[in-house]
Amino acid sequence: MSSPAQAVSLKRTPLYDLHRELGAKLIDFGGWEMPVQYQGILEEHRAVGERAGLFDVSHMGELEFTGPGAFEALQGLTPNDVGKLADGRCHYSAFLTERGTFVDDLLVYRRAADSYLVVVNAANTEKDFAWARDRAGAEARVENRSDDYALLAVQGPASPAIVARVVAPDPSDLPYYGFRQTEALGKRALVSRTGYTGEDGFELYLAPESAQEVLRGLLEAGRPEGIAPCGLGARDTLRLEAKMALYGNDIDDTVTPWEADLGWIVKMKKGDFLGREALERQKAEGVLRKLIGFEMTDRGIARHGYAGQTPAGPGVVTSGTHSPTLGRPIGLALMPTAASTVGTEFSVDIRGRSARARVVETPFYKRTREVPA
Amino acid sequence: MNPDDRHYAASHEWVRVDREIGTIGITDHAQKELGEIVYLELPEVGHVFNAEEEFGTVESVKAVSELYMPVSGEVVEINKGAVAEPGIVNDDPYGDGWLIKVKLSTDQEVAKLMSAEQYAEYVREEEKGK
Repeated sequence: MSSPAQAVSLKRTPLYDLHRELGAKLIDFGGWEMPVQYQGILEEHRAVGERAGLFDVSHMGELEFTGPGAFEALQGLTPNDVGKLADGRCHYSAFLTERGTFVDDLLVYRRAADSYLVVVNAANTEKDFAWARDRAGAEARVENRSDDYALLAVQGPASPAIVARVVAPDPSDLPYYGFRQTEALGKRALVSRTGYTGEDGFELYLAPESAQEVLRGLLEAGRPEGIAPCGLGARDTLRLEAKMALYGNDIDDTVTPWEADLGWIVKMKKGDFLGREALERQKAEGVLRKLIGFEMTDRGIARHGYAGQTPAGPGVVTSGTHSPTLGRPIGLALMPTAASTVGTEFSVDIRGRSARARVVETPFYKRTREVPA
Repeated sequence: MNPDDRHYAASHEWVRVDREIGTIGITDHAQKELGEIVYLELPEVGHVFNAEEEFGTVESVKAVSELYMPVSGEVVEINKGAVAEPGIVNDDPYGDGWLIKVKLSTDQEVAKLMSAEQYAEYVREEEKGK
């Protein structure tokens, strides 16, 4: 047994004290002191799958794009088609380098034709802000508003019923990836039907000073359904079962959307955007590697960075965990395209031991949910 | 509480000695730090280890940790029940969640380990350092 690393001047969310009070185990996550678990990862994962879970994800970064050039700036900086977004709708997209690789993955919220909120990964916030500001042009104003927002996620099948008791008017009419500016317990809130768990759910963007009251309100409102405070541990197992990519693990500035099986966020018909040329070229030439889902057929968890060996050459594990729903080890890996078809067997070096794995269909587990279209 | 009838290592394993046989496991503090344990890798019977040598790994949902021998000895039994149901190590780390039994190479080493009281103090100090 080795001791955990010492914490050094980590950032804290407005809910830090409440996490301590709720008995969270806190860890360093990309420079933030965040709850990894409260009751236990498996129990929290189950709560989200069967009832509801409440996550503090205030570490996420928020960039605001405003002004007459905001639309064009985002259209040029992201591969998804911002022109298809109506007011009150958001979509998944990315910032890409000229090589077509990920600077970050993100959500773009359209508040108005000249006002957008871009939500980015915590550890990338400063990098993304500088990157976007330098490329947005004179007609767009880019601001890093991350300190002005706390962010709570209520996820799981009971989340519409719970959120309806806290957010007014009832937001359960929101379609998937719809949002509105509204109120939670009388406090200003932007509420969207989004999440990073594969379950139905909502995310509430709040002023930092409102966050604690709203979090307590949600825990109270969700008591009949058995809502559980959840940490980043369960968030990771949930997103992995749903095959949602994690920046820094599965995608980074060496990986393109084609390779990451995220080609659906690339809209070639929309016109020019940063990274487009490289993506066109790669599409014409064909990708050499692909992000695949796998299951271990031998014992043990293949974790991030472990080397894989396929009949078509080497690959690398990008994420790996024990799947709470399936009860066996699963993971994602970048593998040679020729070894990326379902059923392909390969081996992974687990700390010096060779263990067998097999490419499987993803998502590993698909939730049924009823959300307005 | 940590039982008084055994000896504790700084790497959070315990050993309970019954004549020349030592039963080895991880402490309650260790299982709490790890969270829900999902895999155990334990050595083969007959393997001989020195004290402080790595003898296996314990893996939770979020992390993998090495297991270190609190004493030197030859493995005479592994807990197959715990390998099959690793959650037992979380539920009962000092009882049914034991890991291996070894034939001690020497009776001199346990004296270097901590008592239950010393170990409790050691954990308190370690927590303070966080």
